[in-house]
Order: sequence, then structure tokens, then C-alpha cells
Amino acid sequence: MKNIKYLIAGIFFGIVLVKAQVISWFRIQEMFQLTSFHMYGVIGVGVITGMISIQVIKRFGIKTFDGQPITIPPKKFDKGQIFGGLIFGIGWAITGACPGPLFAQIGLGFTVVLITLLSAIGGTWVYGLWEKKLPH
Amino acid sequence: MQIIHFIQQPWHWAAGGVLIGLTVPLLLLLGNKTLGISSTLRQICAACFPADISFFKYDWKAQAWNLFFVAGILIGAFLAATFLNGNAPIEVAAATQQRLQAYHLTNYSQLLPAEIFSWSNLFTWKGLIFFVIGGFLIGFGTRYAGGCTSGHSIMGLSNLQWPSLVATICFMAGGFFSANVIIPWIFQWLNA
Repeated sequence: MKNIKYLIAGIFFGIVLVKAQVISWFRIQEMFQLTSFHMYGVIGVGVITGMISIQVIKRFGIKTFDGQPITIPPKKFDKGQIFGGLIFGIGWAITGACPGPLFAQIGLGFTVVLITLLSAIGGTWVYGLWEKKLPH
Repeated sequence: MQIIHFIQQPWHWAAGGVLIGLTVPLLLLLGNKTLGISSTLRQICAACFPADISFFKYDWKAQAWNLFFVAGILIGAFLAATFLNGNAPIEVAAATQQRLQAYHLTNYSQLLPAEIFSWSNLFTWKGLIFFVIGGFLIGFGTRYAGGCTSGHSIMGLSNLQWPSLVATICFMAGGFFSANVIIPWIFQWLNA
């Protein structure tokens, strides 16, 4: 049952996603229509907070709660970040959700988003099928 | 119960931002885990429909923590809606309201427009576009990009990874094109 702590962390994250309204289809439209600062504020402050946290962890060599060293794998560049990024961006504006918010929208009571989630799993599956044929 | 009352109010964007950002060190401290939610879609494929595809032949069970994390997101959102006034009426910028009115969307009583997100739309063109096609683009695009908003834009940018900056710029470019060109076109066609 070592994974229960991640369930609890997820509950915290789910509450935050809802109360920060980043899972709202309306907020996503505002962001891409440049009519509100809200989403830019949330994401900007989120990145700055994450950046400072990681710097502190690295500078002071902070370990996990059970004493293991913290290592963050680097992200490798390939063309997928461009093509895949553009494709995901189109879907983000249409659904008003990225993968995390899909789960949150369902929990919020919009159970029909389960269909969107199943389709997203289908999209990932098709990527897996075509992985070697796609430009990277 | 003063604290519950405090949390029930609408949150300032900065409070939301700080708490989302703090999830990065929380997961690192809990067990050296890096935030990244789209990976769970790959894990579900690997667990349920691997179909002998090499991309799905890996030790998904080693990443099982992430499945617990997303189950938590679902529960947390339910709790926020039930106890923390999470699905309250939303105030949307006037300029966006004007554009949405042209799409025939006028219901701001919840975080998502009920005119789109209801089961009665499932077997309509609206349902096909907003649920089936939209979802497919999310799943295909995030995996091709090697991450989503959490993995690239929050985790990757926090760790100063330039490929994540490229990905984030492309997420935004796709979103701008979608919201300003594709979505108006979809509604023009749906409401014709």
C-alpha cells in the first residue's frame, strides 16, 4: 500500500485544479482568446514555484522523505514536441482539458468526459501503433 | 469550520498557481516522482490493450503510482464540487461571453458549458467533435510530444528543459489556432 500517499497527493491536486478553475472550458477559451489573465497567472506562478522548489532541492541536496536521492530525468528533444505539441494544442482548446483535467472534469460531475478520456486512451494507442513511422 | 469556509470562496489565480507549483516538490519528496499525467494514458494502454505493440511492452506496473495519482485527481475534483463550492457559476470575460453567444453558448452556471458537456450530445456531431475527436487529439498529441501541460509546461519548464519550452510553445500555438480559427468554424457549421 505504498501508493496510497500518491492517491492523497492526487486528491490535493484535484481539489487545486478545480478551485483554480484551470479545468474550465471557459477559462481555456479566455486564455486562447487573450481576454483574461487568469490562466497565464496560474501557469506562470506554478512554473515559478516549481522552478524555485527544484533549485532549492538541487542546491541543498535535499533527499526524499525516506532518504533516497532525488534525480530528475532530462527531457530529450525530438520533432514530436513540435508536431505532437500542435496536435495536442488543438485538442486542448476543443475539449478545454489536458490529460489531468480530463480526470477532474469527470470527478466534477461531467461524466460524459469519460468518453473523451476513452478517446484519449485510443489516441495514445494509435500513436503507439504508428510510433516508428512518424517523424521524430 | 472557518477554514472550510475560507477554501470555499473563489481562489485568486496566484493561490492556485503556488499550489500547482508545489505539487512538483511534493511528488519529488514523496518518492522521487516527476509530475506527468499523460503517461497514465500509455500505462492504461499497456495494461489493457498492449496488442503486441513494442511501445506498450514495458514495465507499466513500476509506474503504478501515477494511476493512484490520477484516481486521486478524480476523487479530489468530486470533493471540491461537493464540499468546496467547486462547480459554482463562473465569471467569464465580457469579450469571450460575446463570442460564445455567437456560438449559442450562454449557460455560465457551472465550470463547463452544459450545452456541450452532456450525455444527450453523445451521438450528435457536437459529441463526435468535442468528445471523440477532441479526446483523440489529446491522447495522440501528448504522447507524440512526450508529455502534456503537467509534464512539459509545469515539470519540464520548472526544471529548465528547453525541449519542454518548445513543446509548450507548440501547445499554445495549436490552442490559439484551434480557439480562433477551428472552433468558430465548427460552431458556424453546427449552428447553420
